[in-house]
Formats: sequence, C-alpha cells, structure tokens
Amino acid sequence: MTSTLSGRGANTRPARPARRRGAAVGLLFIAPAFIGLLALYLIPLVRTVVLSLMETGPFGGGKFTGLSNYEALLGDEAFWHALRNSAIYTAIVLIGIPLAILVSALINNARRGRAIYRVLYFLPVVTLPVAVGMVWRYIYNGDFGLLNQFLGLFGIDGPSWVADPQVAIFAVAIVGIWMTLGTNIIILGAGMQGIPEELMEASSLDGAGPVRQFFGITLPLLSPSIFFVSVLSVISSLQMFDLIYVMIGRGSPALDGSKTIVFLFYQKAFIENDQGFGAAIAIVLLMIIMAATAIQFRLQRRWVFYG
Amino acid sequence: MGETVLSRGRASRRPTQWVTHTALILGAFVMVAPFIWQLLTSMKTIPESRAVPPTLLPGTFNLSSYERFFDMVPFWGLLAVSLGALLLRVAGQLLICALAAYGFARFEFRGRNLLFGAFLIMLMAPSQLFIIAQFDLVKGLGMLDTVPAIALPGIFSAFGTFLMRQAFLAIPREFEEAARLDGAGSWRIFWQIMLPMTGPTLAALTVLTSLYSWNDLLWPLIVTSSKETMTLPVGLAALQGQYGTDYPLLMAGSFIVSLPLIIIFVALQRQFFAGIASSGLKG
Repeated sequence: MTSTLSGRGANTRPARPARRRGAAVGLLFIAPAFIGLLALYLIPLVRTVVLSLMETGPFGGGKFTGLSNYEALLGDEAFWHALRNSAIYTAIVLIGIPLAILVSALINNARRGRAIYRVLYFLPVVTLPVAVGMVWRYIYNGDFGLLNQFLGLFGIDGPSWVADPQVAIFAVAIVGIWMTLGTNIIILGAGMQGIPEELMEASSLDGAGPVRQFFGITLPLLSPSIFFVSVLSVISSLQMFDLIYVMIGRGSPALDGSKTIVFLFYQKAFIENDQGFGAAIAIVLLMIIMAATAIQFRLQRRWVFYG
Repeated sequence: MGETVLSRGRASRRPTQWVTHTALILGAFVMVAPFIWQLLTSMKTIPESRAVPPTLLPGTFNLSSYERFFDMVPFWGLLAVSLGALLLRVAGQLLICALAAYGFARFEFRGRNLLFGAFLIMLMAPSQLFIIAQFDLVKGLGMLDTVPAIALPGIFSAFGTFLMRQAFLAIPREFEEAARLDGAGSWRIFWQIMLPMTGPTLAALTVLTSLYSWNDLLWPLIVTSSKETMTLPVGLAALQGQYGTDYPLLMAGSFIVSLPLIIIFVALQRQFFAGIASSGLKG
C-alpha cells in the first residue's frame, strides 16, 4: 500500500542470488542499521519489559515485584481517566476522516485551483504542534477568545474551553481534526487519482450524477485508502501528547479531565521518575494499539473493497 | 494532476464547479483563519489582545512583541540546536536507511525476510516503548543535553528503510550488472549508480524527516534541560509556561518559529506531498 511514491510501481521480480558474494556484503550494508536497532530499540524494549516488572525508586535501583506495577496501574483512577481521554480524542479525530474524504472529492472535482487548495489545507500539518496549540489556546480563551466572542454573536455563552475539565479534551480533539486533515486529504487524494477515469465516464454516460458516482464508484474504490488512513489515525491519536502539553499544561484545573495516556506516561516516567510504572503504561499502550489495529483489520473484511 | 475530464459535458458541470469552489473556499478559510488571527494578534498591544469585543486590526501595527520575543528567547541559539539536530537526523537517516535498504533489496542471505520484518515491527511500535531505556542509554553515555542525543533515535527509521527498499527494487538490475562487468565493486555501485537514481525518494524522505525532527516535542523535552540545548518547540513551550497571558508575545513567537518550515513547504510542495502520500507513517 505504500508503493505509490515513484510511480514506477514495485518491480519486485524474485531476486536472483547476487552470486554468493551476496551474503557477507549484504550484511555489511545492513550492519549500521542493525547495530542501531539493537542498541536503541531491541535492548530498550527488553529493558522496558523488565522495568515494568520492577519497583523502581526515583534514584535508580529497584527490585523485582512481578505484576505489581500493572496491578497498581489498573487500580489507578488516573489511568482509567487517561484511557477514556485518549479514546475520546481518537474517536473525534476519526470523525475527521469523512470530512477529509469530502474535501478530497471536492478538490478532485475542482477544475482550477487544486494546487492552492492542497497547500492551504496542508498548512496546519507543517506548523509546529506547539505553535498550533498556543494559537488555539488563545482562540479558546473563555473570556476574550475569538471562538466565544463569535458564539456570543448568536447569543451563545461558550465555556472556558480548555480550562473546563468537562470539555477540554473535546476542544483539543477538534484541533486534532484541524491538524490532521491535510495529511488525510493528501493520502486520500492520491487514492482518488488512482481511480480509472473510464469508470467515471462510463457511469456518466449511463446517466449517473456526481453524487451517485461518489457513492457508487469513488467511495468503494477509495476504501483501501480510507482504511489505511484510519489505521494510521488511530495509531497516532492514541499517542497524542503535544497538544495536551501546550493547550492544557501542568497546573491547569482541566489536566486530570484531559490527560492522555502518553501524557500520563511522561508524567510518571519523567516528572515523578517512577520508571517501573511508566514502563507498565508503555506496555499497556502497546497492547491497546495492537488491539485497536487488529480490530480494524478484522472489520476491514466487511467494508474494504479490493477491486 | 491536470488530466481531468475534458470529454464530460461542460454545461452540466458549471453548477457543480460553483458549489465545489464555494465549499472549498469556506473550508480553506477555517484552515487559514487561525494563522491570520495569530499574525494580527502578534502586532497588537496586550490590552488589544484581550479586548471584548475583539478588534480585527491592531490600532497601530507595532512589532514590539517581536522585539520582546527576541529579547526573552535566545532564538538564534534555539534555531541552531533545532537545525543541528535536524541535519544530523536527516543525514544519518538517509545514509543508514539507504545502506540497509540496499542490503535488503539486492542481496540474498539466510533469514533476510525475517530480519526485514523485525526491522519494520520494531521501528513501527510506539516510541514510548523505548523512550525510558533510550533515555538511560543516552544518560549513561554522558550525552544528556547534547544535540546528537536529540537526533539519535530518529536516525533509525522503518519508514525510511521501507521506502528506500521500494526505490531500489524499482531500479532494473541491468544497471548494476553492467557496472559489475566494468569492474565496479558493491560499494561503488551503491554510491555512484544506485543511490543517485533514488533521488525523488531521497527528497521525499528528507522533507518528511525534517518535518518530524523540527516538530518533535516529547524526546527533546526529555533529553535536554538547559537553555543551550533546547529546541525551538521546547523553548516555545517554556515561553508559554512563563508568559502564558502575553498573547501578542506568544503569537509572535509561535509565528516566527513556524515560519521556516512553512516557507520550505511552499517551495517544496511536491516533495512533501509525495512523502505523505507514500505513507503517513511516523518517522
């Protein structure tokens, strides 16, 4: 699903053995990456697993305590709140996908100005999340923020969006939609370019209007790209950290109501220096991501159309 | 991307064009409005930034919040750190991923597919899984608070290895065979023949990795603690922590810090889009 880049397509004919000199030289090419993988990923992974089974103090050291970190985690209200917040954030960001489909279809339909639309919708993607969070935090300000002043025009008295624990995670997730729309539009747009023009022409000769073409042809043929986008969105949304850090921040009354799993992880492992507990959070996060991805792969059989 | 339908009836498309553009312009306004508001606010005074009802334009366009920003924040130092980390990460990643990708694409050895699979799985797992031990490693090496530490984990990329492997697989073998007959060794073939032919992929990878490096917050936040090794996002977040209510200052700072990448994006749109379209995987 990722071979679209060069447009040449993957020319994967079965590799002929490079005449036996292959093995050693090939391994030499791979060696630097392998060393990095070992030192920075494989060994750390093992260490994280081990740490998660240990009681660690803030100054290092620690003793093996089995699953006690996991027990503490599951009994910790903050964990369940974080889980709930991450789930809400992810669910709302997923609502951005139908929106992205609509916008890509519109851009695809436009005869002029496609390039400029792509650039404008993509701007938030290339802006620092920290900067994005700061701008939206200002717009969301309860007293003089632009949003509430705008809502005031219609007689609506908006809440203090990011200071109110009840609404903060929703407000942040809206920014999440805004920030990821551009990425989704580009991936879906590439998928739409791949739909054969003849299909469209044939159907319009048969009298199908643009709406019927959209639901009858575009959507089914686009479903592999939609699936891809939703898998990626779930994985990255479950790891949301930056926006919470900037828009809510430590010391905010809304923090407990909007802390995500990765924020909790950061707080436990690096602010409170409880590495064992932090490691347990990371492992649980991995399991959640794997489960969410597996569920999506199961469900795809029902709706993804591989023509 | 210009090959649209010319054959379809023109008259019947007029109204849909009209609706299409109206919707797209409205949407684009929502995408751009926060940036406009950011820019306008950055030129207001503090009382103006808190006015109810809001004033659209600043009373006088003054740049004093930009002056305040440059006074309070060691901008050039932060920029140097961010750029240094970016260059290290991009250069390291291109080299190491290209080497590994070439090894996977063109050499046969036992367990190759298994090893490639292990690479992808390891590097696709959430970064939090490795961060604690990576931090300890960097600390153990005495590298805390250094620019190379910021770049280190991101040098190894599943996405980069995968993408480069695809690019190498797409090159016909005849090129290498001809070079080999001319007596070129594996290293020369890789360096002088194969690598230059993956230009577009290298460009897309460069652009994407730069984006991730420039924007990254969590890892730089963890491995740096002094002012001298803060990246721009870390410095900006710290500024907000200190002056959370000086909105003109915060808008000026966030605008300045976002600007370089926005300019590069506008100049290199095609590479950005190619990179994103090939995969949105984290780098």
